[in-house]
Amino acid sequence: MRRPIQIVPQIVVQIVAALLFAVALPFAQSAQAQDSLPPAPYAYKQLADPQQEAKAQALMETLRCLKCQSQSIADSDAPMAGDMRHQVRMRIAAGEDPEAIRGWLIERYGDYVSYTPQVKPITWPLFGAPVVFLALAALLLRGRFRKGDRA
Amino acid sequence: MIAELGLALLWMAAALAALQLIAGVLALRPQGAQLAGIIRPVAVMQGVLVLVSFMALIDLFLTTDLSVKLVAENSHSAKPFIFKLAGTWGNHEGSMLLWVTIMSVAGGFVALIEKRLREDTLIATLAGQAFVSLGFYAFLLLASNPFARLAEPPADGNGLNPLLQDIGLAFHPPTLYVGYVGLSIAFSFAIGALVTRDVGPAFARAMRPWVLGAWVFLTLGITAGSYWAYYTLGWGGWWFWDPVENASLMPWLAATALLHSVSVLASRNALRAWTVMLGVVAFSMSMVGTFLVRSGILTSVHAFAVDPTRGGFILALLAIYIGGALLLFGLRASTVTEGARFSFVSREAALVFNNVMLCGVLGIVLLGTLYPLLTEAFGVKVSVGPPYFNPVSAIFVLPMLAVLMVGPLLRWRQDKAGRVSAPVAVCALLAVLVFAGVEAFAKGIGILPALGIGIAAGLGVASWLPLRGRNLARTPLPIWGMVIAHFGVAVALFGMASESAFSTERLAAMNPGDSQQVGPYTVTLTGMAPVAGPNWTALEATVEARYGGAAPMILHPQARTFASPPGNRTESALKTRWNGQLYAVLGEEGEDGRWQMRFWWKPFVPMIWYGGALIALGGLLALLGRVAADVRRLIATDKIAYRRHRQGR
Repeated sequence: MRRPIQIVPQIVVQIVAALLFAVALPFAQSAQAQDSLPPAPYAYKQLADPQQEAKAQALMETLRCLKCQSQSIADSDAPMAGDMRHQVRMRIAAGEDPEAIRGWLIERYGDYVSYTPQVKPITWPLFGAPVVFLALAALLLRGRFRKGDRA
Repeated sequence: MIAELGLALLWMAAALAALQLIAGVLALRPQGAQLAGIIRPVAVMQGVLVLVSFMALIDLFLTTDLSVKLVAENSHSAKPFIFKLAGTWGNHEGSMLLWVTIMSVAGGFVALIEKRLREDTLIATLAGQAFVSLGFYAFLLLASNPFARLAEPPADGNGLNPLLQDIGLAFHPPTLYVGYVGLSIAFSFAIGALVTRDVGPAFARAMRPWVLGAWVFLTLGITAGSYWAYYTLGWGGWWFWDPVENASLMPWLAATALLHSVSVLASRNALRAWTVMLGVVAFSMSMVGTFLVRSGILTSVHAFAVDPTRGGFILALLAIYIGGALLLFGLRASTVTEGARFSFVSREAALVFNNVMLCGVLGIVLLGTLYPLLTEAFGVKVSVGPPYFNPVSAIFVLPMLAVLMVGPLLRWRQDKAGRVSAPVAVCALLAVLVFAGVEAFAKGIGILPALGIGIAAGLGVASWLPLRGRNLARTPLPIWGMVIAHFGVAVALFGMASESAFSTERLAAMNPGDSQQVGPYTVTLTGMAPVAGPNWTALEATVEARYGGAAPMILHPQARTFASPPGNRTESALKTRWNGQLYAVLGEEGEDGRWQMRFWWKPFVPMIWYGGALIALGGLLALLGRVAADVRRLIATDKIAYRRHRQGR
């Protein structure tokens, strides 16, 4: 690999960086201050439209709070859950489809975030089980009553 | 001194359990028959020793003896009396000692009172019980000694997790444990009867009170646990399908199935192998539950014991008991015939349907709970939650509840559908009409809640039909128990469906003086004030809720701060009206000085727990009826024996 050609001398870069830093510092501080404000107004605020809020609520109840233990983001006080609630409400308000929002969150955090298991090869047994159980139940009942009819 | 005494008693009890097992096995052989006499006294003594050992631990907690490691880690001198007491079992070691105590005391009780079983079956049962106890003694003494001392006692203890400092939770674990242990007795009976090939009505009658009792306690434990989660966690949910909740639900499902099949065996001598199998499954589910909770394999709200060596120990016990029991079952199943036959339209058939469907739900809950662990082993993390459990379990539960409208009306062995069709048709029509009405008038509530409300309405009426044409004063207690328990199912189902369909939520940032609308109520934040409790301080909001011109209800939600160990907890405020509950939570203070408030109006939500209590009451009545009948029979046989004795002289 060739070394990149130095067009601007190192020292100039450093000075510019220092200047930028000095200029940016107040902004950075205010950004920090904002972190301690509730950064996500919709974490604890409902959407004005009750239909949209119901949609958001239904979705939030099926999303896992990643910082908690076995809680949905709809019932967690963790800041991260608050952020996620804010995201969900904003996106619902913007007219996004709930399943699209779920897809977006799964892309970011993995399948773990969704309490609704996604239909994939690894979860096929989960969805096959009820069918298998029902078939087993039918077999068991049939066998028993056939015998019973003979008796 | 007290700690050493407790430990010594525990070792002695373990030795007695070993003696009980060995003597029991030997006594079952012809040449060991003279050993049979010691088994009952040994079982009783073992129970007494463990009970005293457990009382020693309670004493250590009540006196806050900080030289004992367990006390130092889990208690604090400034804790209120009741939480010092509850602290005894609010930790891993103490809760396992409680488990062993209940188990051995119950075993001693069986040895003391059981007279109906064949003597060899009873010996095999007590040997089985000793075998199960020995595993838990080993677990306690080798891997979780509750009496270990500290070289240097600390100045004060660590305290108890604030979430657990709640009166409901103080008695929630013991209640569940009594249930689990009752199932261990049922398991021992099943093993005993398998060993001596004595699976029949006498065995079922001996086992039934234990199953009933265990089931009553499990029902109460789950109901109370659900209510605890509802008001403590402060988000208005009452069931999360959390793995730890599922761990308590699975034994309940198996016990419910067992309860119904043991009744068939007791009165009809049918479903023999199936009942024994369920006895094994029910205890397996208790063990699986204990493993899930105690091993820390799940990290959930409840898992406060995290230690893999313990998990391995419980898993080994699980494998030994369940594997052994299944092996025995496999070896003996061919000698246990299914028993009396019955036709498609009969009470037995309805009960078989109930059993099969309950097992279906059990399978779903077990799979859904373990599935994330399985996929994690393959490096994929998935979550299985309410969107899976609710509809999939409904596939099994709703048909079962529909059959429940008919089942108790049918006769044993064989019946004609025409005999019961008129009243059942009325109830079914009611269910359909209510379902249609709810679907028509409450838009967008979803099909499951509407179905739930419809079936609850039909079942609410149908559950009383077995009393039709009976002299109520002469109706046996177990029939009353059945009717009330089934009515409780309808009540609970109605509460669940109503909560899920009609709850309204209001989140708001409020200044004192602000008002919000939640459901039919106008809520006003009227004030904020600091308050102090025995070991916490709190901010308390005063909220007035008005409905029309009626006098306002006052609610006081709190945000509590605990000092030892440091922690916060919201204390939600609840007001119950005949038609629902108003729920208020005080959140944090925002930058603008307004308070985050959360409100819910939950129509008919208390029905969930009233229903649970009714179910438990039904079980209790059935238990009382059975025990009273047993006592009467015992007295009668004693009289006969006494008369024979006198005549013989």
